[in-house]
Amino acid sequence: MYFNEEFETLPRPALEALQLKRLQAVVERVYANVPFYKASFDKAGLRPADVRSLDDLQRFPFTTKQDMRDSYPYGLFAAPLEEVVRIHASSGTTGKPTVVGYTHKDIETWSELMARSFMAAGAHRGDIIHNAYGYGLFTGGLGAHYGAERLGASVIPISGGNTKRQIMIMQDFGSTVLTCTPSYSLFMAEEARAEGIDFKKLKLRVGIFGAEPWSEAMRGEIEAKLNLSAIDIYGLSEIMGPGVAIECIEAKKGLHIWEDHFIPEIIDPATGQRLPEGERGELVITTITKQGIPLIRYRTRDITSISYEPCVCGRTHARMSRMSGRSDDMLIIRGVNVFPSQIESILVGIEGVEPHYLLIVDRKDNLDTLEVHVEVDEGLFSDEIKMLQLLAKRIEKEIKDVLGITCTAKLVEPKSIQRSEGKAVRVIDKRRF
Amino acid sequence: MKVEQISIFIENKSGRLAEITRILGESGINIRALSLADTSDFGILRLIVNDVETANRVLKEKGFTVNKTEVVAVEVPDRPGGLGAILQTLDTEQINVEYMYAFVERCGGNAVIIFRFDETDKAIDVLKANNFSVLAGERLYSM
Repeated sequence: MYFNEEFETLPRPALEALQLKRLQAVVERVYANVPFYKASFDKAGLRPADVRSLDDLQRFPFTTKQDMRDSYPYGLFAAPLEEVVRIHASSGTTGKPTVVGYTHKDIETWSELMARSFMAAGAHRGDIIHNAYGYGLFTGGLGAHYGAERLGASVIPISGGNTKRQIMIMQDFGSTVLTCTPSYSLFMAEEARAEGIDFKKLKLRVGIFGAEPWSEAMRGEIEAKLNLSAIDIYGLSEIMGPGVAIECIEAKKGLHIWEDHFIPEIIDPATGQRLPEGERGELVITTITKQGIPLIRYRTRDITSISYEPCVCGRTHARMSRMSGRSDDMLIIRGVNVFPSQIESILVGIEGVEPHYLLIVDRKDNLDTLEVHVEVDEGLFSDEIKMLQLLAKRIEKEIKDVLGITCTAKLVEPKSIQRSEGKAVRVIDKRRF
Repeated sequence: MKVEQISIFIENKSGRLAEITRILGESGINIRALSLADTSDFGILRLIVNDVETANRVLKEKGFTVNKTEVVAVEVPDRPGGLGAILQTLDTEQINVEYMYAFVERCGGNAVIIFRFDETDKAIDVLKANNFSVLAGERLYSM
């Protein structure tokens, strides 16, 4: 079942012709409207007219998250603000978020791509979509919401949290499709079991899970515990939000990237050279239809591979394999992007803290946990317990205020955090994806 | 009239207390009074020793976080109500006791209690004005 059969099954030559036409248009548009791109293309000695084939894209410079931060907040916008109808943002390492703007047409495109994604996952008109992604600056909630409406399904905009209520509503409203992070789905299953509620008696049929990495083993666990078919979805706010790519329910083998709107490439993160089909490397995406903030060769930092093999579902769009890591040190904790440097700058800001710290990420009861170990030196030490407890509370509060995640601060003796040769080990991630 | 106390930060893991007492013992330091305050994650060991400087130095050399704090040693009549009278006086003068612990040895017929106050100087003045005996550091270290 397709939402937009014509475009989802476009034969490859026609798809590539469409990509080229759209690529040429977007390169021209950013060159004319975004000073950053004019400067960057000029520096590389390139003109929009140099795009004669899809292969020419390789000659263009990358856009990075740092470029977006340097352009904070609106520097990369290609459309005037009066045409921007929505603004979303993701967290950034300096405490400043990465800002993205959507024109009315961008919202329409996003809604369609999310509707396509829902359909590919096996959802359809008449479904009751229980949307437990967070609503707000984060793109998950509203992205799935608009897509569900565009699909013609009934959407329950429940957002995250308040698990008991979520379970009650799934039971009473007869939710058939669940959208949330994979870890939250398992947390719900545990809560339901504690309440004596059997997920097998709910009407849920499909779960669409993303915003954090997960494994095939976890898929098996979710499918068994929630009694539904679990589908992996991919997206990032810089490119659009959820719905950049999704698995089809027919194959569940790789995520179709909506290639009539995005051109994917895989590069060697060290050299920047494009890698051949099937090789694992960093995903780079060029948006070819976006109006608000088109990006040329955006380095996602996500590690994956791409296959162009035909799929049993009939969609002609390339598939990326499950995300298997990051080419930078970003952590995804309960769906929130966290860079160790963000924690470091928070600790430096707390007077007297010697920022020798260690982040321990784990998964307990299916929820990510973060422990921040901070060495207590003479500048921090007090002979009063309450002062040290206040210090730990302050670290926890500032991390919550800046990053929006709950952590446990643990004060440890100086030199108890292992020093390593060269690059300091700042993170121990005990989760298995 | 103040007494120097050293405090050591200790993670709650086995062998740390033994390690500290071993280091002090090997350096010829005698512990006169001690208190251990603990939470689930860490503890603070507070000590009155016969040689504050050496104790401070040897523990720092071994990588411990150590600081020195001024506390007050008060002689308390060893009879019912002895401690109560002192605390009542402090309360009347609105002096807050951050923590307190007892000295190991007695001083004549009296017990000795170590106090940490929020306002150390004011506390000493109040105690003396009310005829309580505040012990000098030198006397304690050599008791």
